[in-house]
Amino acid sequence: MTTRTERLFTYGILGLFTIISLTPVVGVLFSAFGDRSSLDTGFSLPDGLNWGNFSEAWTRGHFGTYMTNSVLVAVAVVSVTTVLAVLAAYALGVMRFPGSNLLFYLFILGLTLPQEAVLVPLYFDLRYWELTDTYWGLILPQTAQSLAFGVFWMRTYFRSTPRAVVEAARIDGASSWTVLWRILVPMGRPAISTMVVIVFMWTWNEFLMALVMVSDEAHRTVPLGLAFFQGQHSSDTALLAAASVLIALPVVVVYLALQRRFIEGMLTGSTKE
Amino acid sequence: MVRAYAARYRRRSPGEPRAVGVLYVLPALLLYTLFLLIPLGQTVWLSLLHWDGLSAASWAGLDNYRDLFTDPSLRAPFGHAVALLFFYAALPVAIGLLLTAALSRFRVRGMTFFRTVLFLPQVLAMVVVGVAWRSILAPDGLLNDLLRGVGLGSFARSWLGDYTWALPAVGVIGTWVGTGLCLVLFLAGVQRIPRELYEAARMDGAGAVREFFTVTLPGLRGEVAVALTLTIVAGLRNFDLIYITTSGGPGNATSVPAFEVYRRAFEINSVGSAAAMGVGLTVLIFVLTVAVSRLVEGRKS
Repeated sequence: MTTRTERLFTYGILGLFTIISLTPVVGVLFSAFGDRSSLDTGFSLPDGLNWGNFSEAWTRGHFGTYMTNSVLVAVAVVSVTTVLAVLAAYALGVMRFPGSNLLFYLFILGLTLPQEAVLVPLYFDLRYWELTDTYWGLILPQTAQSLAFGVFWMRTYFRSTPRAVVEAARIDGASSWTVLWRILVPMGRPAISTMVVIVFMWTWNEFLMALVMVSDEAHRTVPLGLAFFQGQHSSDTALLAAASVLIALPVVVVYLALQRRFIEGMLTGSTKE
Repeated sequence: MVRAYAARYRRRSPGEPRAVGVLYVLPALLLYTLFLLIPLGQTVWLSLLHWDGLSAASWAGLDNYRDLFTDPSLRAPFGHAVALLFFYAALPVAIGLLLTAALSRFRVRGMTFFRTVLFLPQVLAMVVVGVAWRSILAPDGLLNDLLRGVGLGSFARSWLGDYTWALPAVGVIGTWVGTGLCLVLFLAGVQRIPRELYEAARMDGAGAVREFFTVTLPGLRGEVAVALTLTIVAGLRNFDLIYITTSGGPGNATSVPAFEVYRRAFEINSVGSAAAMGVGLTVLIFVLTVAVSRLVEGRKS
């Protein structure tokens, strides 16, 4: 039997943790809309909605440029990762060929590998190829990293597809290419969109790679922009908060819209293997 | 050559396309090799050299690795990282389990809302998390305001600038980030535990505590392993948060390997030593990941 006190207690705990989760987020929102002249970094309700901080961050903080860069890099990384991961995972999940297991383990390796294990030589390599301070310097290494997750995730999907469907299509004379694009990819839309969302989030939030590969302002992505902005205007809490909101907004919107599929996908993925 | 290869496998099993699989993997493998596998090998190579990134390198053998154990300024970051794992992995898992125990007793209304909110820190950029917490932990920030408000003003301090408190302060941020992930994992796991087990426990007169240790915890073994692996890996990879909040300071009180690799390679031009540290960090992550899975499997038998 669950008693009334027990229920109250449970909702109390949940409420408390909800407040703890939201406090930093709400704090940032409050100061983003707050008065710029107030030097208080604490938690004060803004007197109104001051959109001025956002336009200020957008123009004076150059966040307009940074946003464009981030969108470009994220779109490129997500599309290349999706296509390449689907192709590779299809072969590793549905076909058998010598070395397929070894290849799969090579991709899995990237899931736990820290960036610090590849970052240093990667910088010197890209500098040698004159790719630092270019979009390629951001796109190529991040795509390689995302492939580890992409191949792992999509392979789990391909292994879960019923063999009968594939075999029936083959008996009808469909090639492996047709089977993939006409049958398995349309069927796997949920799995693919989960991968797209996660890779987008990682790329959008990526900081260290951008910090190392980019030194000129023209190629800065938003997280990098915020870090430099903090270095220059560390006392300007309202502008910093407005910039933070601008960075977090795209990911949070996607998360709120696709939350169910996103979390569900993550959990089935972790229980299947 | 590909055709001969293909023909060989076609003969072996008429139903399945085989050699063509290599072609599907090739583009991904090429990119992955160029920008991940080769640099990984190069890191190992660099770790065996003395190099400042500019002039000619000289052979160092295992010197850089020996320094990891003997030089206190190189050993300290590993110590900090291990201490931070308490905040980044152990605490989130413990809090997650506690909350799950409370939530598995009956159907909670509005679960989707709570799940969405508690998981939110996971999707925010670490840079944003760092900026938000910096203002909370600032000398005139929310935490100190709260402490003064309840009459504990003597505890108020510059949390991130304090030699003793900077490390736990950075740790608490990690706890804040990781708890939601653990909770969401455990809540999903709890739903897969057969209801009969709970009913049986209750018929035996088990209270909330007994029920947790005899039913919930054993049933969540797999999820605990996943949560520990994810939080440990995330905790050891943690660079962004340190860079934004403390830059390793004050002194080197909050310097961690992930940060130290960056600092050595790109700020003080000690590339060989940075590479050795990168290898050390990678080994540490792999050892801990394997240890977690062993621990879970070991209990099973």
